[in-house]
Amino acid sequence: MRKEVIYSLSSPYREEMKVTAYRFGHGKKAACIVGSIRGNEVQQLYVCSQLIKKLTELEASGAIVSGNEITVIPSVSHHSMNIGKRFWAVDNTDVNRMFPGYDLGETTQRIAAGVFEEVKNYDYGIQFASFYMPGDFIPHVRMMDTGKQSASLASLFGLPYVVIRKPRPIDTTTLNYNWQVWDTNAFSIYTNETDEVDEASARQAVAAVLRFLTRMGILRYHNHSGYIATVIAEEELRQIKTNVGGIYRRLKHPGEEVHMGDVLAEILHPFEGEVLSQIIAPTEGIIFFAHKKPLVTENEVIYKIIRRLHE
Amino acid sequence: MIETVSAMELPVEEHLRIRKHRVLPLHPTGKEKRICVVTGTHGDELEGQFVCYELLRRLKAQPEYVKGIVDVYPALNPLGIDSISRGVPMFDLDMNRIFPGTEEGPMMETLAKHIVDDMAGADMCVDIHASNIFLMEMPQVRINEETAEKLVPYGKMINVDFVWVHSNATVLESTLAYSLNKIGVPTLVVEMGVGMRITKAYGYQLVAGLLNLMKELGIWEGEVEQVKEPIVSSDRAVGYLNAEKAGIFLPMVEIGDMVETGDELGQILNPLTGDVEEVIEAPIAGMVFTRREYPVVYSGSLLGRILGGKEDREEEMA
Ligand SMILES: [Zn+2]
Repeated sequence: MRKEVIYSLSSPYREEMKVTAYRFGHGKKAACIVGSIRGNEVQQLYVCSQLIKKLTELEASGAIVSGNEITVIPSVSHHSMNIGKRFWAVDNTDVNRMFPGYDLGETTQRIAAGVFEEVKNYDYGIQFASFYMPGDFIPHVRMMDTGKQSASLASLFGLPYVVIRKPRPIDTTTLNYNWQVWDTNAFSIYTNETDEVDEASARQAVAAVLRFLTRMGILRYHNHSGYIATVIAEEELRQIKTNVGGIYRRLKHPGEEVHMGDVLAEILHPFEGEVLSQIIAPTEGIIFFAHKKPLVTENEVIYKIIRRLHE
Repeated sequence: MIETVSAMELPVEEHLRIRKHRVLPLHPTGKEKRICVVTGTHGDELEGQFVCYELLRRLKAQPEYVKGIVDVYPALNPLGIDSISRGVPMFDLDMNRIFPGTEEGPMMETLAKHIVDDMAGADMCVDIHASNIFLMEMPQVRINEETAEKLVPYGKMINVDFVWVHSNATVLESTLAYSLNKIGVPTLVVEMGVGMRITKAYGYQLVAGLLNLMKELGIWEGEVEQVKEPIVSSDRAVGYLNAEKAGIFLPMVEIGDMVETGDELGQILNPLTGDVEEVIEAPIAGMVFTRREYPVVYSGSLLGRILGGKEDREEEMA
């Protein structure tokens, strides 16, 4: 394992911010793994730390196939993370909306450019990402539909689902999108948590990356075969919205099977406690996403369901 | 009359409510043109608040001159303005990145859809922004080059100092202005002043421009002032000043100053060592139209922009 500072930025009052890369093996740029880009992505940081620990052991035992280099960048966002902010500490801009970056531009464009210069030109790019809606998911691999994505490669992670998303204008400045534009096969991995550490889904994420690297001939490692992934387009997910605001009582969780008519959640009057609304499953399927915070507004998307298709 | 454009129930006994003030002619014919004046998408930008007040005050003072429909939306992000938050509180979301919105999407995207639906069919829209808390901007209209042909003539009516025609960026396709232009509502984006402050002179300047634009559209028949002939930037170079060093920035120029290449525009200081970390020099000659107000800077922080002459652009193109 070689440790290298790939980007640094001096701060007016704090210590210099350094972005560190951990490199394993020598040879062609085989795979690059990026952890936390936003300051609240603690789970993503944790997953990377566990992956670096595991890859260090594997490298010592000669398990990295010669001619391959694997790079892991556990954090780009610790300057924000250390002070409890999600976005860039000074101007609240999102580094994951600044790719491919611009080295003569504004601060977060410079950070993105510095990082992108190091992470591009790999065969495979893997990011542990987070979503802007507050809630949790079934662990899955997400890809942007750029015409260059390969869902069959994504299924080699052995996570239960692969979701393909049509990029919207705001997606064109993410790391995942720009990796693909620069001919890297890019995957975003979502686990259950973001702000908190979830051991079980972190283990699953580490196992998924090791499985993928093994299947691509970069690692020699004995893996369980994982799931046979179901590939779904994001627009096929059935979204369920609230019709009132109030206190949210979640009854069904990500991964659970539901039948049409099942009560997924209740929304309670915030003062009087009575049930104002029952959120009913409009279809049979599996819960893919569920809102988590204890309060909800009207018109919020609180569930996404993978519809079961009857052949 | 005051109308609710959209209302969403919040968790505890409150609604997120977008409101507008509609001013109608005394004797409507049903064939009036309509202008939307909108601001407050970014909760830390307040210059538009005074513009809304002053415009409404003038229209109410001389209602006989109102010949069209004037819809004034002072706050597209009322929760943000009320809590000194640029984005939408709770979502950490830039509201100007979710347009045109969709009824199927999350709450804020649904709200965005309602806003666009309400403005659809208008003959003109002016979306007033006030930079951010970091930068002071001279009153200007910003126009995407895709719509320049149609919008530059309107930009010249609105009494700004200059009209900046910029290239398209895919990410800007999620703005309110882009979405409205796309559905045939000509929309001008005004940037002026600085975040968290109100620059009264700029407010009066823009109200004069709005009344002039409304007169051109047949919406206002009262008196208007002679408006400025703005510089149009499409054939001029723009010079950017970005910090290279971290520290405390002190400017030495004012907005509107003419500078020569190499002039000292400011310094980045180190309050711990007592040293000057960097001297900021003008990269091109021209007029300072953006100036940093917030002193703390990192490498990359924008310190100012200069609008160059026509010759610079020709050199750039050669
Ligand atoms: Zn703004």
